[in-house]
Amino acid sequence: MFAFTVRRIIQGVFVMLVISFLCFTIQHQIGDPVRDIVGISVSADEREALRDKMGLNDPFFTQYVRFLGKAVQGDVGMSFFFKRPALQVILSKAPATLELVFVSSLIIIFLSVPLGIYCAINPRSILSRIIMGLSIVGVSIPVFLTAIMLIYIFSVELRWLPSFGRGQLVYIGGWGSGLLSLNGLKHLILPSIALSSIMLPLFIRLIRSQMMEVLETDYIKFAWAKGLHKKRIWYVHAFKNTLLPVITVGGVQIGTMIAFTILTETVFQWQGLGFLFIEAVERADTTLLVAYLMVVGIIFVVVNTIVDIIYGLVNPMVRIQGSQ
Amino acid sequence: MKKILWCFVGALIAISLVVVTQGSAQAQAASGKTLKLAMDADPVSLDPHVQLSGGMLQYSHMAFDPLVRWTKDMQFELRLATRWELIDANTMRFYLRKGVKFHSGNPFTAKDVKWTVERLKRSQDFKGLFEPFVGVNIVDDYTCDLVTKEPYSLVLSMATYIFPMDSVFYTGTDEAGRPKDAIDKTGPSFALNNESGTGKYRVTKREQGVETIFEKFKDYWDTNSPGNVDKIILTPIKNDATRVAALLSGDVDFIMPVPPQDYDRVANSKNSQLVTMSGSRIIILQLNQNRRPEFKDPRVRLAIDYAINNEGIVKTIMKGTATVAAQQAPEGFAGYNPNLKPRYDLDKAKALMKEAGYEKGFTCSMIAPNNRYVNDEKIAEAAAAMLARINIKVNLKTMPKAQYWDQFDAQVADIQLIGWHPDTEDSANYSEFLVMCPNKETGYGQYNSGNYCNSRVDQLVLASQTETDAAKRSVMLQEVEQILYDEAAYIPLHWQNLSWAGKKNVGIEAIVNVMNFPYFGDLVIH
Repeated sequence: MFAFTVRRIIQGVFVMLVISFLCFTIQHQIGDPVRDIVGISVSADEREALRDKMGLNDPFFTQYVRFLGKAVQGDVGMSFFFKRPALQVILSKAPATLELVFVSSLIIIFLSVPLGIYCAINPRSILSRIIMGLSIVGVSIPVFLTAIMLIYIFSVELRWLPSFGRGQLVYIGGWGSGLLSLNGLKHLILPSIALSSIMLPLFIRLIRSQMMEVLETDYIKFAWAKGLHKKRIWYVHAFKNTLLPVITVGGVQIGTMIAFTILTETVFQWQGLGFLFIEAVERADTTLLVAYLMVVGIIFVVVNTIVDIIYGLVNPMVRIQGSQ
Repeated sequence: MKKILWCFVGALIAISLVVVTQGSAQAQAASGKTLKLAMDADPVSLDPHVQLSGGMLQYSHMAFDPLVRWTKDMQFELRLATRWELIDANTMRFYLRKGVKFHSGNPFTAKDVKWTVERLKRSQDFKGLFEPFVGVNIVDDYTCDLVTKEPYSLVLSMATYIFPMDSVFYTGTDEAGRPKDAIDKTGPSFALNNESGTGKYRVTKREQGVETIFEKFKDYWDTNSPGNVDKIILTPIKNDATRVAALLSGDVDFIMPVPPQDYDRVANSKNSQLVTMSGSRIIILQLNQNRRPEFKDPRVRLAIDYAINNEGIVKTIMKGTATVAAQQAPEGFAGYNPNLKPRYDLDKAKALMKEAGYEKGFTCSMIAPNNRYVNDEKIAEAAAAMLARINIKVNLKTMPKAQYWDQFDAQVADIQLIGWHPDTEDSANYSEFLVMCPNKETGYGQYNSGNYCNSRVDQLVLASQTETDAAKRSVMLQEVEQILYDEAAYIPLHWQNLSWAGKKNVGIEAIVNVMNFPYFGDLVIH
């Protein structure tokens, strides 16, 4: 386990270096942060003075080395727009995204598992066909369209649910949570449904096909022959082996989910990381962008590591390399 | 596995319990008139001098008060000044309101006006506007003189930018050892998170980009105002569709701006009302004469003006939500020349091209932003297509605003699109930035990427700055518009309309104006 952890950390550091270098090379293509800070009638000289002050006129390498030197000490720079340390800004926006992803994951897990199993066990029933048909539709509609349709139906027409924002938050330490108040939960419903709308059908289909495959295997046939109860065969023996590929895909999909939060958060004015990212691109807030991409990089490394560990727990046959 | 599952179920039950108790606590929250306001952005700072932008001025009108302010019909209305008087050609005396208090409790005096003007002259964004001023001389506690270097026609217009700040509150150093009066665009500062103005609303909570809460200042001086809103909750909603949905669903009471594609929906809804007004932001195309010798020929420029159907653009692309322009300044401005009419005549355009010797046309490049002005990309595409009809082939490139302005300054294309709103609400400002001969020393013609240069225009605009007789000044500026029109110095397209929408019970109409600074202090909710 120790060797595994060390290897992961080294990999992580390497990923961070590559990301930061790429960010630095492309950041000037995004635009000029100074333009967003000053009014349009400010003279070119004033702008130049500001660029000097912000260190944007230094050569690329000087800027990069200065950045690395500070990053090692945990300081990835100051967001031009928020006028606060970029890392602090990101951390303050993280709860919003994490809660959204968390609730969406719950929706996905608690719907895809029963629906997937049902469709695998009764492949010919009408309900299965309907579920499969709908899942095709779900995969093909873009998230932002789903989101706008949800707002239109449930907020504008029916007026059941709020149309934007996180609503009332309950603060536990620095973590502003929408999970602990009725108002906050109401605000969570539409965005999390919109966010899960892509992944849910995917997982239903994945679980269904995996399960159907597993049901054909010899050990299941043996279990039937042994006279085991059908529930035990389906839910214990078959389902356990269905999970393996689902977990792998799930780990990868969490990354995709973060990408989709950008769309969902923009439509719902959800003040999370995706929204922050889009805004930072628009304002050419380059320090914030670099910090964001590095944080996402770290999340990916950590998630993949956790997935590898869970993999070993679910299937003892798979051993993590170097975990002796 | 099972243990984890049970923990999970337990956690869910616990959460739902908390939710129930929370819900009952919330039910009793009810108070007086509260306005839930959604704009496309929120103030970038609580320091009114950190950026000169519409958003910051809107904020300034909520938390601060200017000496005088514009009324709907472009007159001056007294705020912290009770009277003004021209003492000599270079001096305007302001008599200040007595008994006004800042949010901190400090009394407002002439000292604060002097302090504020000095700070404005230090602000990177405002120093250009306050360049003509020497400063403020204090006569007594409630009288001060605003002194200019030479006679200046826009002293009162500039007084609308003087929002006195609490000089005592902003003096000294904060806990980090920084001077409290520092204006910092990129880092933390005292004024970024603290305000003390004389305005109707104090900022009681601010989370940048998420929510700003304004609450009525109990000692506010203007007790004659009909306004009955005690609390404003400002939420920025960037996405157009979401902002409109928030209003239609009843989650907010007031939105600005309203996207043109949703005008009908908002106006026809039984719960909401729409208010629009012709604005003063002009959208134009500049033809770069330094890059293209063809554009030096006034006949070619005229041909382009005749070839572009700006009325058609307003009708089809802007869906009627803009006003067709033939000059820079809209009606009501000093330089507005009623004789100038929009031009569109394809045959005439072709004839002019032939006369200039470009019957076969030529190929040129064009750039436009795609997220700065309403429908900017579509407008540019339409213009390019219209030019193809007189055989000018246009290679159009559009880009986001973050990249656009550097390209614009570098003059990378032959035709460039720009929109302009004059900070001074005055005709001369358009010319100073867009058509005066570009001059690095004086800063005039800073956004004149057409490189149009006419000494008569320069002379007239400069003379208008010191002309204090409004009628004479108006004649000068109208001549400027006439020359620009005759020579087709640039291609005018339209003025963007301003728009606001709200629930039916919100008195929007009374507080909005062409500057787009809604005076929320006077807002009445029925």
